[in-house]
Amino acid sequence: MNSGDGASHLVGTVRVKRGLADMLRGGVIMDVVTPEQAKIAEDAGAVAVMALERVPADIRRDGGVARMSDPAMIEGIQAAVTIPVMAKARIGHFGEAQVLEALDVDYIDESEVLTPADEAHHIDKWAFTVPFVCGATNLGEALRRISEGACMIRSKGEAGTGNIVEAVRHLRSITGDIRKITQADAAELFDWAKQLQSPLGLVQEIAETGRLPVPLFCAGGIATPADASLVMQLGAEAVFVGSGIFKSEDPGPRAEAIVEAATHYRDPSVVAKVSRGLGSAMPGLEMEGLETKLADRGW
Amino acid sequence: MAARKSAAASDSQPLIGVVALQGAAAEHVAAFRRAGARAVEVRVPADLDGVDAVALPGGESTTMSHLLRTSGLFDALSDRLAGGMPAFGTCAGMILLATDVLDGRPDQRCFGAIDISVRRNAFGRQVASFEAELATDGLDEPFRAVFIRAPWVERAGDSVEVLAEIRPALNSSTDGVPSSVPVLCRAGPILVSSFHPELTADDRIHQIFLDMVGASLTR
Repeated sequence: MNSGDGASHLVGTVRVKRGLADMLRGGVIMDVVTPEQAKIAEDAGAVAVMALERVPADIRRDGGVARMSDPAMIEGIQAAVTIPVMAKARIGHFGEAQVLEALDVDYIDESEVLTPADEAHHIDKWAFTVPFVCGATNLGEALRRISEGACMIRSKGEAGTGNIVEAVRHLRSITGDIRKITQADAAELFDWAKQLQSPLGLVQEIAETGRLPVPLFCAGGIATPADASLVMQLGAEAVFVGSGIFKSEDPGPRAEAIVEAATHYRDPSVVAKVSRGLGSAMPGLEMEGLETKLADRGW
Repeated sequence: MAARKSAAASDSQPLIGVVALQGAAAEHVAAFRRAGARAVEVRVPADLDGVDAVALPGGESTTMSHLLRTSGLFDALSDRLAGGMPAFGTCAGMILLATDVLDGRPDQRCFGAIDISVRRNAFGRQVASFEAELATDGLDEPFRAVFIRAPWVERAGDSVEVLAEIRPALNSSTDGVPSSVPVLCRAGPILVSSFHPELTADDRIHQIFLDMVGASLTR
């Protein structure tokens, strides 16, 4: 029997980058700020953790410039768990992204939750071996991020609010336009590309397949098992929970319940069972009261 | 396309249950249907009714291990595996079918359906994930294998047939890295791979498994 030659290992291919996103499907990715929280997340069945210094609710409260986390903090979390560890870079800040790649993080979130570093350009994500996830509020934004090399798209929602309304708006906008594009004729696809300000090739691909070329996850405002069930039924393939777990009264059981709901979202009796007695969810915020809408960041 | 073919697949074709608690289950379902079998997703013990064989997909083995326990599927699957039901595990699925796991979580449970010791994330983190041409016993042409934070087989028992192995990357800095590690193994009705045949359009490894299922059904 022949052995494969170690020199012929191809790293950072599209298949390898999108492949990790495929492996996370049906799972829950949790924001954590300490190794102890990362362990709680892993114990509860998280498929990955997002290592950051402050959860979005605190970033929103504290104000000021929000940046990439301290490498020592990210390394502490990498040492604490065996599941993938993601970290956030500012929009357009390829310098931060290079640091995160050097730290061997498993996915980089080019995130509107941090203060943008570039008001016109996102990171050229093709230049990296590590894969990127980016937020989107609509299909055009999603396709622009994919054309820049993003290998996973998540709804932006409105991070740190515990309010699901924006994530629902973004998911419905993305999946609704995908459905319309599958009904469009060849000539109409040119107009779709123009309206969405997106590459024609990607629009044509969606017309053919009826789905984004990369996995579509949901983020922004998920606080309960029923929230997870709702967005999975609306077409999300996995969920990110930011402040919703560790800003709640009893994080461990809530984390576990959201994991169950993401798997058994088609079965309301399971969602009902796991929703019992979880204590208070994180306190939520109404959109009208927000000074800053994080979802408006990104171009 | 897959749906149309599956509708055409006759009831005499084996029914494969793809464990769909988390991970790339849909890709396995599509691959089995392309290869001419019937396939259903399995989330609770009742979903195993009428299933001839199971596939455990890639994903996070710690998460699946947790969900197998809470859904009651762990015991239901253990019983069926003990009764000789064929099973195909890819990546996390390979870890779950193994006898023991190195670098896993202490509470991680495995089925012990194939006598191998598996090292989790052995090839490294995501930046070390790779694809490579893999020479495979029983296949004329190499298989394009996609390895994602992949495990490898550190020990294979005497009953285990190694169908493919690979050399870890040359730039690997870890001490004591073996020169070659098994990544596709078979023992009785169990087939396991470190890589993800479900992520490529090449269904030859799924076909190897379907041949094993066919052999077990006619026995």
